[in-house]
Amino acid sequence: MGNLENNRIFFDNASTTRIDDRAYREMLPLFKKHYGNPSSFHSFGEIPEEKMEKARMSVASLIGAEKDEIYFTSCATESNNTALWGIARAHRDKGRHIITSAIEHYSILNPLKEMQREGWEVTLLPVDKYGIVDPHDVKKAIKKNTVLISIMHANNEIGTIQHIKDISDLAKQAGVVMHSDCAATAGIIPLGVNALGIDCCSFSAQQMYGPKGAAAIYLKKGIKMRPIIIGGVQERGRRAGTENVPAIAGFGKACSIAKLEMEDNIKAITVLRDMLTEGILKNIKKVKLNGHPEKRLPGNVHVSFEYIEGESITLLLNSQGVAVSSGSSCASAALKTSHVLNAIGLSPAIANGSILFSLGKYNTEAEIKKTLEVLPSIIEKLRKMSPLS
Amino acid sequence: MVQYSEKVMQHFMTPHNVGEIKDADGRGEIGNPVCGDMMTFYIKVKDNVIEDVKFKTFGCGAAIAVSSMVSDLAIGKTLEEALKITNKDVAKELGGLPKNKMHCSNLGAEALHEAIKDYQNKIKEKQ
Repeated sequence: MGNLENNRIFFDNASTTRIDDRAYREMLPLFKKHYGNPSSFHSFGEIPEEKMEKARMSVASLIGAEKDEIYFTSCATESNNTALWGIARAHRDKGRHIITSAIEHYSILNPLKEMQREGWEVTLLPVDKYGIVDPHDVKKAIKKNTVLISIMHANNEIGTIQHIKDISDLAKQAGVVMHSDCAATAGIIPLGVNALGIDCCSFSAQQMYGPKGAAAIYLKKGIKMRPIIIGGVQERGRRAGTENVPAIAGFGKACSIAKLEMEDNIKAITVLRDMLTEGILKNIKKVKLNGHPEKRLPGNVHVSFEYIEGESITLLLNSQGVAVSSGSSCASAALKTSHVLNAIGLSPAIANGSILFSLGKYNTEAEIKKTLEVLPSIIEKLRKMSPLS
Repeated sequence: MVQYSEKVMQHFMTPHNVGEIKDADGRGEIGNPVCGDMMTFYIKVKDNVIEDVKFKTFGCGAAIAVSSMVSDLAIGKTLEEALKITNKDVAKELGGLPKNKMHCSNLGAEALHEAIKDYQNKIKEKQ
């Protein structure tokens, strides 16, 4: 079951994952055989609706929520946008202040920039060198007019897992709604909405071995949220538009698989992660592991190689069939080093040499070994070329 | 995925003239690691002709390919000819560069010109 088809190795599971065959099979009948619209009253809508509601149950069950606290969307970006705009607008009479962290995903930071233009006040909390938000900073930032706190469960880039419960306790005391972007954690590590004390969270299917095109918002019963996509009464009026039934069915299946197999996956992936991390730190000089030593995602290996640049490393690894991503300025469309790496205090020169290996359940020990074989010579080749080393 | 031309990939995978010249006649440096690209060029000059070029580059695929191409273009040219090589010429020889790489990574010609100016300044000082 490895990814070694065509000798290619996929270490970019933070960007997306290969769909689980069982989730894929769940989707197929919903394209041609049961193509009806779940909102229809006639018989064609019956099975699609049934499948969708079954999926809603599985999604809810994964995170310990009630079925009717789950709303389907198209992607985690849409979920994040809906949560921010929707919750903020529903509470605008109370105030117009939102708290978030400097290392959130762009689908949180950029909508908030847009909201600032519309008069919302946003506090961006700093993080420490490991990428952790200090709950004391949250406490200090809460004001009378604060309506929403949004802190991600784990960072998609450096893999750091936050103290969400401590933060949500503060939110509760202050009567502020607490949202968490859980795109990097749902289906990957245990995520219980009650244990975390959150009112709302966002996550997608494609990052947990489900299909692209389906995602969810969990919204705790009683929490107010205005819709941002407005039309028919799908998703009980909170998200209009005909649902992507095949993808939602695949999402549901991916959630039930994740619930059953998560523990085993975490164990296996952590072994591979530690093997890769130790191999890199042992065999290559002048390299730094970023993120938190313990509180990190099971598949996350984020490292910075001194004196060389990440896009070059990515290209050379790709030429050897190894797919990774980089936080360097050259590798980004905006030509800026990653805001996450800036926030943890990495100097731009070091941030430019950063590589993320994100491992998933389909990766194998053989793939780790092959990568550890080719990586040192790639690093050496580029360092020989560098005026800095 | 960045779309590089075949020529860019060739020069990136097997760059020409990588290294330093210990007794270089001119040395030019441009960029810095903070912005993501930095190039150092070394030249050897004889009878007003560039006999040898070596470079060291910190940067992305485009930056390395550009450096390699500039070194190829400069060897055998007179100083005047080499000063006429533009960043645009280099991109053209490489079969084009992605739009967002045109400014930040396409600095090779400037680094070469800096090396030539360094040589010319040294000559002036001697006179």
